[in-house]
Amino acid sequence: MLMPRIGVFICHCGHNIASAVDVEKVAEFAKTLPDVVVAAHNMYSCSEEGLGAIRRSIEENKLDRVVVAACTPRTHEPLFRRNCERAGVNKYLFEFVNIREHVSWIHAKEPLAATEKAKMLVAMGVAKAALLQPQEETESGVIPVAVVIGGGIAGLSAASALVSQGIETHLIEKEPQLGGILKDIAVIGPEMVKTKEIIDGMVKEIGSSPKAHVHLSSRMTELTGFVGNFEITVTAADKCAEKIKAGTVIVATGGQEWSPQGEFGYGKMPGVITQLELERRLAKGEFPDSAVFIQCVGARVPGREYCSRFCCNASIKNAIRIMEARPEAQVSILHRDIMSYGTTAERAYHDAAEKGVRFMRYGLESLPKVDKLGDNLHVDVYDETLDDTIGMSTDVVVLAAPMVPIDNVKDLAMMLKVPVDKLGFFLEAHVKLRPVEFATEGIFICGTARWPSSVSECISQGLGAAAKASIPIRRGKVKIEPITAYSDPEKCIACGNCVQACPYQAIEIVTSKEGKRYAQVTEAKCKGCGNCVAACHNDAMQQKGFNTTQLSAMIDALIKNALEVVQ
Amino acid sequence: MKDKVVVVGGGIAGIQAALDLGDMGFEVHLVEKSPSIGGHMAQLDKTFPTNDCSLCILSPKMIMCADHENIKLHTYSEIDGVSGDFPHFKVKIREKARYIDISRCTGCGDCTVKCPVKVPSEYEEGLTNRKAIYLPFPQAVPRKVTIDAAHCRMITQKKCGVCKKVCQAGAIDYDQKDKVIDIDASALVIASGYDQMDVSLLPQFGFGIAKDVVTSLQFERILSASGPTGGHLVRPSDGTEPKTLAFIQCVGSRDAKCHVYCSSVCCMYATKESILAGEHAPNVKTSIFYMDMRAVGKNFQEFVQRAKKSYGVRYVQSRPAKLQPSKDGKGVLINYEKKGTGGDVAQEEFDMAVLCPALEPSKSASRLAESTGLKVDPDGFFATPDLKHPVDSTSKGIVVCGFASTPMDIPDAVTQASSAAARVAEMISGGGC
Repeated sequence: MLMPRIGVFICHCGHNIASAVDVEKVAEFAKTLPDVVVAAHNMYSCSEEGLGAIRRSIEENKLDRVVVAACTPRTHEPLFRRNCERAGVNKYLFEFVNIREHVSWIHAKEPLAATEKAKMLVAMGVAKAALLQPQEETESGVIPVAVVIGGGIAGLSAASALVSQGIETHLIEKEPQLGGILKDIAVIGPEMVKTKEIIDGMVKEIGSSPKAHVHLSSRMTELTGFVGNFEITVTAADKCAEKIKAGTVIVATGGQEWSPQGEFGYGKMPGVITQLELERRLAKGEFPDSAVFIQCVGARVPGREYCSRFCCNASIKNAIRIMEARPEAQVSILHRDIMSYGTTAERAYHDAAEKGVRFMRYGLESLPKVDKLGDNLHVDVYDETLDDTIGMSTDVVVLAAPMVPIDNVKDLAMMLKVPVDKLGFFLEAHVKLRPVEFATEGIFICGTARWPSSVSECISQGLGAAAKASIPIRRGKVKIEPITAYSDPEKCIACGNCVQACPYQAIEIVTSKEGKRYAQVTEAKCKGCGNCVAACHNDAMQQKGFNTTQLSAMIDALIKNALEVVQ
Repeated sequence: MKDKVVVVGGGIAGIQAALDLGDMGFEVHLVEKSPSIGGHMAQLDKTFPTNDCSLCILSPKMIMCADHENIKLHTYSEIDGVSGDFPHFKVKIREKARYIDISRCTGCGDCTVKCPVKVPSEYEEGLTNRKAIYLPFPQAVPRKVTIDAAHCRMITQKKCGVCKKVCQAGAIDYDQKDKVIDIDASALVIASGYDQMDVSLLPQFGFGIAKDVVTSLQFERILSASGPTGGHLVRPSDGTEPKTLAFIQCVGSRDAKCHVYCSSVCCMYATKESILAGEHAPNVKTSIFYMDMRAVGKNFQEFVQRAKKSYGVRYVQSRPAKLQPSKDGKGVLINYEKKGTGGDVAQEEFDMAVLCPALEPSKSASRLAESTGLKVDPDGFFATPDLKHPVDSTSKGIVVCGFASTPMDIPDAVTQASSAAARVAEMISGGGC
């Protein structure tokens, strides 16, 4: 066999890496490693210039393997892989070493140790690279069907966008009616649009499309498969379970209003109600003569630190509605910061103040007090701006409680095999640049299941998720990354440990023609998690790109170089 | 034949819209007025609330755009006119002369070293200079230089020619002319973004009067490891590290005399910049003067708490009335009303102050509105009157995403970009897939 020809490229990442790691020293060190033909360093390996330099080096030095020591594979691996491909090197002969997140950022104040650590990680990468094998991606078809879970505003927006593109779409809603929380809300601020017009329009669009299948009073009870080829079990209240095959899935399961039981007399004094309870009253035309809104009830407090984003705007909207219905009404909003971000919301804030709504700022140290006063309620608040305590009597006290995740969110997340954050909101693939995607391919997220959002934002997110979900369907095929597991029938004793360990039902025990029983992996179902490899007692299960020989070589390289440092 | 879509604006919203439309199979023409795509996000040091390095996460998307089989980049280009109606628009794209044969330019940068003319760098917000022939920033896409005709001596005075002499690729072409190309597009996506307002119009905030008053984008460059100070936090007057730092929120926004609206992102980037300042200069004492601390996104409140607890950032709920230079011309004196005192005014001295200016619709937006016939809202942002379709403009077949429609942060702009792609797909391929 020919000796591997490895090129190592160490990235400065401007000063991000070079401020802690002596990049030139690491490159010099890399030159001493086995099979390394060339080692260089670049200011920005990911810039067009840096990528061009790597391609030129591949050509000039006839490299057949490339190691880049830079930042994170999460954002940059596809770029460097494609760059290798462009220079004629199979992209699976590329190895990424992270010396930014794993070294320079966390050891910013220990440059000597950081440089040593970077060297060891590079040595490990090189050791693995020497043993890499070229791999080919397999392609699999995409079932041209999308499933949207949740028929609130975000799900409706997603489903209507999909059917309008001509994509067959199943919409699953747990309630007997579509619309979600908005069913209780008559108008949407700050533009005061009638909710019915929005919801009815979308429901009509979906209902009139032959491509749409609406499953009411139904829940998803199981999801198996992978991008392009999911199978979803839908269980309706009064029907047998139904299996749906789909290429992509959108999660739009929404949130719920936190119940402020015991806060400011809620549950004890009938006049103390939640925002959603007020919405229902206003929808019926029951306008109070006076109202005090208390913002941030159960939000921005220790234990639930977040701001629920839309509550200030909801209170402003309802305050305006009350003032318009009853111009003599006394309405106050007690807040800790008014969150009317943007253009129209800020205008509505001004509008409310002009209509006579009083805004008072309270602090966490001096919460408003709500008491009974005859048939009415009495509120005392220390207004920070006036530096004075103000008392007022009122018909209703409206508690603006935050939106929290739905009760069964953890079960749902388990079923979908996607993460939730510590609060229970779904965690997108990247908070900045992949807001409507999960890290799991083919599954997308929108609406308040991800984070409290305004109606307009939910609609946008639904559309965005629909765009993403339509792409594999439009393309008709998806690529499967060859990091899948495979078993050696000779070594396998058919114990079944791997079958148990696999979260994706990708492994089964089969019998060969010769009568030997062994574990077999369905490649299309395998996600490359490696659980089965760890569970195998006999070294029979291996994973492409992460096999035992490769990982052992990495550990050997680490020990060898670590010993040299100690000596 | 693939349907063609023209995306106007090569910031993060335009980039994402182009990528999604390209992935859907449309032929995308991405038009950017400056020499590189990337927009304002390329200028940022880090992004809130994760402090991800901005260009590090953006640059792969920029390169994906350039490499995409369905995306054609038109940088240093403008929309000259749009005629016709959905789905038969005729779009005139003016590819401005960059006086470079881009098929030959390798981006080696030899010319930029030798060029004798210095011009304030737009990318560095005027804190340092670029040359008359320049690459806006090292990760620029495409990596092709541009000659700034207004400053080039060869073009203005017919003398110099240094760049042509040093260019081994023979890429310099002083006689190049603008090129206008016509695209038959089925739809347009407007992602023209924002510009920071000119804060010198508000002299009470001291910009251009007190040397140590900078804008937040300038401060972003000062913090950036690749910026003019190499990431060292220093103030302009004497190049020393400030010990006290003030952020002024709502400069020109939430102001009846200027812009009524809230720019949506300033509270968070000021918090981010204050955390980064603390990382660069652990002893700096930072105060943020604000009206309402609008931290409404995922983990934003926690981010503010982190600024307070781990970096000692002081949040002062007050709107300063005046910023002026200290006696020796260094530092800044800030007058503000003390909260809860019934109007007592305090004067406090800071080593440096950062203004968070209103973010306005991009300067190109009004001309774009004219050429497309799109209506704008009272604040000058493109109107999107249909709540059911939040990215639809006032003309069928033209959608708007990102800051061009209303102030928003990066994830919201990225989301809207995907929404725009979905709406284009709906409009064009409605009924058949």
